[in-house]
Amino acid sequence: MIDETPVSRRSILKLIGASAGSAAMYQAMTEMGYAATSDFNGPIKLSGARKGASVLVLGAGIAGMVAAYELRKAGYKVQILEYNDRPGGRNWSLYGGDKYTELGGVTQDVQFAKGLYFNPGPWRIPYHHQGILHYCQMLNVPMENFVMVNNSAYIHSSRAFGGQPKRYREVVSDYDGYISELLAKATSQDKLDAALDKDEKDGLLQMLRRWGALDQNYEYKKSDDASNMRGYDRPPGGGLDSLPVNSDLLPRKGLFSSTMWISLYLNKSWDFQGTLFQPVGGMGMIGKLFGKLLQGVIKYDCKVTNIHQDEKGVTVTYVDAKKGGAPQTAHANWCVCTIPATVLSQIPMNVGTPLKNAINSLSYIPAAKVGLQFKRRFWEQDDAIYGGNTYTDQPIFNISYPSHGFFDKGPAVLLGAYSFANINSYTFEGQSAKEMVAAALEQGSRIHPQYKTEFQNGVAVSWHRVPWTLGCSGGWTDENRARHYDNMCAVDNRIVLAGEHCSRLPAWQEGAVLSSLDAIKRLHQRALAA
Amino acid sequence: MKTQTTIRFLGTVLFATLVSSSATHAQLGLPRTGLPQQGGEAIYKGICQGCHMPDAKGAVGAGMYPALANNPKLETAGYPISVIIHGQKAMPVFGAAFSDQQIADVVNYIRTHFGNSYQDKVTPEDVKSAR
Repeated sequence: MIDETPVSRRSILKLIGASAGSAAMYQAMTEMGYAATSDFNGPIKLSGARKGASVLVLGAGIAGMVAAYELRKAGYKVQILEYNDRPGGRNWSLYGGDKYTELGGVTQDVQFAKGLYFNPGPWRIPYHHQGILHYCQMLNVPMENFVMVNNSAYIHSSRAFGGQPKRYREVVSDYDGYISELLAKATSQDKLDAALDKDEKDGLLQMLRRWGALDQNYEYKKSDDASNMRGYDRPPGGGLDSLPVNSDLLPRKGLFSSTMWISLYLNKSWDFQGTLFQPVGGMGMIGKLFGKLLQGVIKYDCKVTNIHQDEKGVTVTYVDAKKGGAPQTAHANWCVCTIPATVLSQIPMNVGTPLKNAINSLSYIPAAKVGLQFKRRFWEQDDAIYGGNTYTDQPIFNISYPSHGFFDKGPAVLLGAYSFANINSYTFEGQSAKEMVAAALEQGSRIHPQYKTEFQNGVAVSWHRVPWTLGCSGGWTDENRARHYDNMCAVDNRIVLAGEHCSRLPAWQEGAVLSSLDAIKRLHQRALAA
Repeated sequence: MKTQTTIRFLGTVLFATLVSSSATHAQLGLPRTGLPQQGGEAIYKGICQGCHMPDAKGAVGAGMYPALANNPKLETAGYPISVIIHGQKAMPVFGAAFSDQQIADVVNYIRTHFGNSYQDKVTPEDVKSAR
């Protein structure tokens, strides 16, 4: 065991807790970085709207519904206009029996078995996204664990180890082992003496031996210790003939010259650290239940064609999104507009040049997902993979096994492709839905040969062909954000924008929630001051 | 920019794009890595058709993608060159991801297909001077 520093952070906290109570301790913890979550500061409490004051919310996605719910509670008369015929926006699950028509007119009939689903959009919620988790709790959305890291899942590189997929545990253990070996040798051979004093050297060597499962000569070799990390050819058993058989290491050269580390590094980032959650029955359950709560507030099938504000209020012109027909108008004192920037830039709206320029500056990133239904859970039954993610350097990038329904004997749906935010994603999502499903099958079968015989049906969503978003999420660059972000978020007379594109958590539902709360707080202040 | 440095360090396109796909939440920017496709048709199919559609007729939903088919705006080659380099509203900035040659090729392709028949060829030099 490594000794704690003489006055550890923990002991300071204990002291504060004992002397000043838990609230002070929590504050101290927050300041010391222990309890930090997203900047959600607890439920918003707006009140005292002026009598008769009204707000028109454009879009019944997460941002729009949060705004409508909280502003209604504050006393505003609220109406939402929504393009789709359902609530949720990008919070969306596809179930068997659903139809989805994309831009260009192709309709997919989702053929999943009863109870099975696929999330084309958001699919996991890290524990620190306390804003969206607050609304999940408020809506009584049942939550379950989302398995992000599974040491039994695969890492696949078409250019390493003859294209054979390797288990996550083998890859991570062998990276750790070889890196520890190199570093331990350099340290023990006094090559790092300029950087390390004797205590540091001793401490580091002690750590590396355990960390990398090295032997007494600081070598990473096939051994009991290494197999205890990376797994066995035959694991320890019971009774007679139960000796374990250790596994061979991946050759260092093949590993180090591969890019398999990318899949390990992904999981280390704050966004993907556990605990992660998913709503039972699909991410879309949040939108569904929120929509139910706001029944009567949301008007569906409204395609907004004009947004006009004057000194008295905001008038929004819209047509029936399905049937067209004569334009209708809705009017309110204030407007929260959550229409994606890609769509909003095409709608005439009299706002100032800074906001107009901000909206016009933002295009949305590419992304595509494929859901595949198989006759049986061969990943569980044959490969002992229960939830989690497999990564590959092929265009499908990510296979994700369901984090629910473990051991079910019937068919199941997995995420067969997730191409996201890179130049090749344009190519992947530019394929037809049929082509994407075929690509997911072909590429996935190089990792799971069972794909071809077990496949039943699939559905593919290309986010640039989603009729109401024209892309996945706001494609901010640092430069663009520096120029336009504040203007995008600022209240323009009677209109304020909200959504993930008005946040520093693009593509996350948490960004939509936090943006919405901040926007309505400022709009409410403006309304009270008017 | 940090992401870009990593990408340059890695060098090859495929590896680089994998890295950018795991870009941090704050940095989901526009494509800056090289486009693998060469030649007008391959570039159109690899990048453009996802929005402008395989028949280049565009599409309409809550917003729309303009048709490139029979589009008189393509008469002036400088227009599509500029939109590809600098982006325009929902159209992403592709200037950093495309070489001069790639932009010239795809502009020549769309200006001579889908009912367009503008015969004046764009050269990589034209693209370079528009950057």
